[in-house]
Amino acid sequence: MPTFLIPGPLRSLSAGAAAVAVEAADLRSAIDALDARYPGFKGRLLDEEGEPRQFVNLFLNDEDVRLGRGLDSPLAPGDEIAIVPAVAGG
Amino acid sequence: MAPSRPSPRVLGLRCRECGAEYELRPGHVCEACFGPLDVAYDYAAVGRVVSRERIAAGPPSMWRYRDLLPLDDDAPVVSLGEGMTPLVHAHRLGRELGLRNLYLKNDSMNPTNSFKDRVVSVAVSWARWRGFEVVGCASTGNLANATAAYAAQAGLACYVVLPAGTEEEKLVATSVFEPNLVVVRGTYDDVNRLCAMVADELPWAFCNVNLRPIYAEGSKTLTYETAEQLGWRLPDEIVVPIGAGCQFVRHHRAALELLELGLVEDGSVPRLIGAQALGCAPVYRAFLAGTDRVQPVRPDTIARSIAIGNPSDGTYVVRLARETGGLVEAVDEAEIVDAIRLLARTEGIFTETAGGVTIGVLAKLARAGRWQGDEVVVAYITGHGLKTAEVVADGARRVEIEPSLSAFRQMLAV
Repeated sequence: MPTFLIPGPLRSLSAGAAAVAVEAADLRSAIDALDARYPGFKGRLLDEEGEPRQFVNLFLNDEDVRLGRGLDSPLAPGDEIAIVPAVAGG
Repeated sequence: MAPSRPSPRVLGLRCRECGAEYELRPGHVCEACFGPLDVAYDYAAVGRVVSRERIAAGPPSMWRYRDLLPLDDDAPVVSLGEGMTPLVHAHRLGRELGLRNLYLKNDSMNPTNSFKDRVVSVAVSWARWRGFEVVGCASTGNLANATAAYAAQAGLACYVVLPAGTEEEKLVATSVFEPNLVVVRGTYDDVNRLCAMVADELPWAFCNVNLRPIYAEGSKTLTYETAEQLGWRLPDEIVVPIGAGCQFVRHHRAALELLELGLVEDGSVPRLIGAQALGCAPVYRAFLAGTDRVQPVRPDTIARSIAIGNPSDGTYVVRLARETGGLVEAVDEAEIVDAIRLLARTEGIFTETAGGVTIGVLAKLARAGRWQGDEVVVAYITGHGLKTAEVVADGARRVEIEPSLSAFRQMLAV
């Protein structure tokens, strides 16, 4: 199953879990599945138009999804989706 | 952990987006909205202590501005003499570009030869005082140089993380301080993501990750000093290289603070000009497109110190450039090298590729007729040329002669 890696500031939503596995075929439905299990994630990750929020970076197997197919990215078992706050570095 | 007396001038951290407030502690993102956190000050309290006289009586370093930095009052400073770098009236370059009041703030004169010494001095001082045993950073090179040096002086363990392909000069100038030097097979953006994840797992002080709000404050001193060195006035325009955009945002804040505190004569916030390399210009492209939503890119430029494809403060750079009447401009690789040579030839200052970007943009705007000629324009030269020497190595022209007077005369005759 694809697995979300949860950053520190969001672990209050996942009952402290640093990794959460979900059943999903693409990134959009994976976020739905994450939100179904731990309500609140969707609102934190996506804006009103359903796109990733400005300060949220999503990486599929170390690749920024905005450089690829975004939320339409297909998922395979064993994929890792890292949620990383955008504001760091420089 | 040492008993600490937080500065009575510091209110804590505040989210730039939603205004949520936090105590001054490690952490760089708002838990409510993921927005960036900034240090919040009680300016009435700052105003009661700060004055031009008090600053002038302070040390000949950036720490003369300690009243406007977030270090606890009783904390010793980890300092190598950073700041108070020369502000040079650039007559010859100015003549070439039609600018009578062009100044260069030569921050390559810092202890490890880049402006990063300012931010690292604040971050490492804070980390040591608050009891951290390990400091680290995600770096394109200059920050690693600085972090390793200040960690050495502070006696702290140090991990610096850099992308593969970092200039050898920067690796050597870092490893001499004996940090744990980790090279990641990937770009700076990969390094940044990795460090953000590591910072969640380990009790380390990452200068530009979990200490970022505190670290970033050090950048403000560049603009404070510029105003002081101009006789307590703000320039009309400032040209700043843009990587993540972190310092650009702080320069805007610094100008507002100087005005708010009455340290400068009445005036206004300078028009802020951001300089990018076309090979990594996500902020420039957003500015051109009229949006503040910055689309990440894959960097491909010799200006590696600012090769950040996903700039964390990019959105704010676009907004502040517009708001102040400035802009964001970009130059190509040949223009970067030409600008390094132009600065060297006219002013005797050897800057790295990021400085080539800054001067390249300055020259491009001047030639396009942006200025009348009397504006006070300051360009921030943020790193030394020996850090990226290979880009001008092919111009190391020389003649070789026998050690005789006749050979010397013959050489002159050619």
